[in-house]
Amino acid sequence: MSYSEKVLDHYENPRNVGSFAKDEEGVATGMVGAPACGDVMKLQIKVGRDGVIEDARFKTYGCGSAIASSSLVTEWVKGKTIDQALEIKNTQIAEELALPPVKIHCSILAEDAIKAAVADYKKKHEL
Amino acid sequence: MLKFPIYLDYSATTPVDPRVAAKMIPWLTEHFGNPASRSHAYGWDAEKAVEEAREQVAALVNADPKEIIWTSGATESDNLAIKGAAQFYKGKGKHIITVKTEHKAVLDTVRELERQGFEATYLDVREDGLIDLEAFKAAIRPDTILVSVMFVNNEIGVIQPIAEIGEICREKGIVFHVDAAQATGKVDIDLATLKVDLMSFSAHKMYGPKGIGALYVRRKPRVRLEAQMHGGGHERGLRSGTLPTHQIVGMGEAFRIAREEMAEENTRIRGLRDKLLKGLSDIDATYVNGDLEHRVPHNLNISFAYVEGESLIMAVKEVAVSSGSACTSASLEPSYVLRALGRNDELAHSSIRFTIGRFTTEEEIDYTVALLHQKIGKLRELSPLWEMVQEGVDLDTVQWAAH
Repeated sequence: MSYSEKVLDHYENPRNVGSFAKDEEGVATGMVGAPACGDVMKLQIKVGRDGVIEDARFKTYGCGSAIASSSLVTEWVKGKTIDQALEIKNTQIAEELALPPVKIHCSILAEDAIKAAVADYKKKHEL
Repeated sequence: MLKFPIYLDYSATTPVDPRVAAKMIPWLTEHFGNPASRSHAYGWDAEKAVEEAREQVAALVNADPKEIIWTSGATESDNLAIKGAAQFYKGKGKHIITVKTEHKAVLDTVRELERQGFEATYLDVREDGLIDLEAFKAAIRPDTILVSVMFVNNEIGVIQPIAEIGEICREKGIVFHVDAAQATGKVDIDLATLKVDLMSFSAHKMYGPKGIGALYVRRKPRVRLEAQMHGGGHERGLRSGTLPTHQIVGMGEAFRIAREEMAEENTRIRGLRDKLLKGLSDIDATYVNGDLEHRVPHNLNISFAYVEGESLIMAVKEVAVSSGSACTSASLEPSYVLRALGRNDELAHSSIRFTIGRFTTEEEIDYTVALLHQKIGKLRELSPLWEMVQEGVDLDTVQWAAH
């Protein structure tokens, strides 16, 4: 399996790795995937009072493409409102990282992680 | 001086030993004759070289040279043995027994025979990777004609109880095939005492060239096969095709070297493997796959929990290792061999097979141990599963959103 330079860059130097405290103000968590499938992504967003995502963190168990996809979305969601974040599509992630067809599911998982994190935020804030 | 990437994938293939390569070259250039040419010295020379190599291959496994048939490799040998025996003996019955952890060259061949109307039993293995002899006996039917069990597993290196299986098969009059591609040069094989009827060999797993192998076909008691390759009637009609003299000479030389050096070499390699095992054992949550006692000296297969296998292989790109067999590494499926041991998908996903060989040095092992410590630490920092386990979450109780 050969990886694109962008995948390798995110994999070697993952952005925004880590965790926020779950009860911190404005923090929401999305966890998607399953160990049995070989990928689990945890994406956390920290949303300001104005509804803009101020910061994001991730941890991913998965292949290089899964790690790169989640690293990339932590960069992309920052500065977006939660509704704008929902507009990020897996095809954009796959295109940016030049994922081969067998790795498209990684980008789908990253999109799902955003949806799950936003859903958690909406649930917590009864939006 | 370390040369990167460090090669620790000797069960995928080995470099050709320089002594083997040197021996092969004249048979490509000067002595290019067709061993089947009976009318001139070019042919006679080549035939003599082929027969000398046949003796060298036979000598390693204590067989008669007349029992060795040249093929293109272990896959072809497996096909010829299994299809050839099943088709020859189909009048006696149609049931075949093999094992779930066999190489695909055996499993897919048996599947093909099922499509042709044969019936097959795929035996489970125990948690240690070995077959349960009682379960094997129970699987034998009155119409069982063929049993195929590998000597040494390619992924986890465990050695199956071939002598015991052979006794049972002989007593019942069942043809017994053994894929020994991973066994020659690693374990002692004595076909004068083992009750094995057919045995597959490969050259490139033991410092010979790719593209050449052999099949042992027992003469006493005689085992019959239907040929799968028809043509000039080479190899007593069992495998037609012009013999590749240079490849055969290479395989012979590789087997000669193995016979002379394997005892000493395996002691050295076992020392390196044990050093690697010791060095990796102090990483948290690691699991050795397969029995350590009944195992070839050069194999170590370990799962590192909470780290995904493909990213692990990517992280340790300074070492050339595999997450299973090279034949399946292109697929995203976890190893079917580890699944058969009862390893869950997650541990099956996070396994690495290290296979050490003739040219591995202690320095390379030291480097590998240090690299693994560093990279597994890094990947676990990235792993949400590791984080949950550190927080005391039992992962088995988590409701995962399947996708």
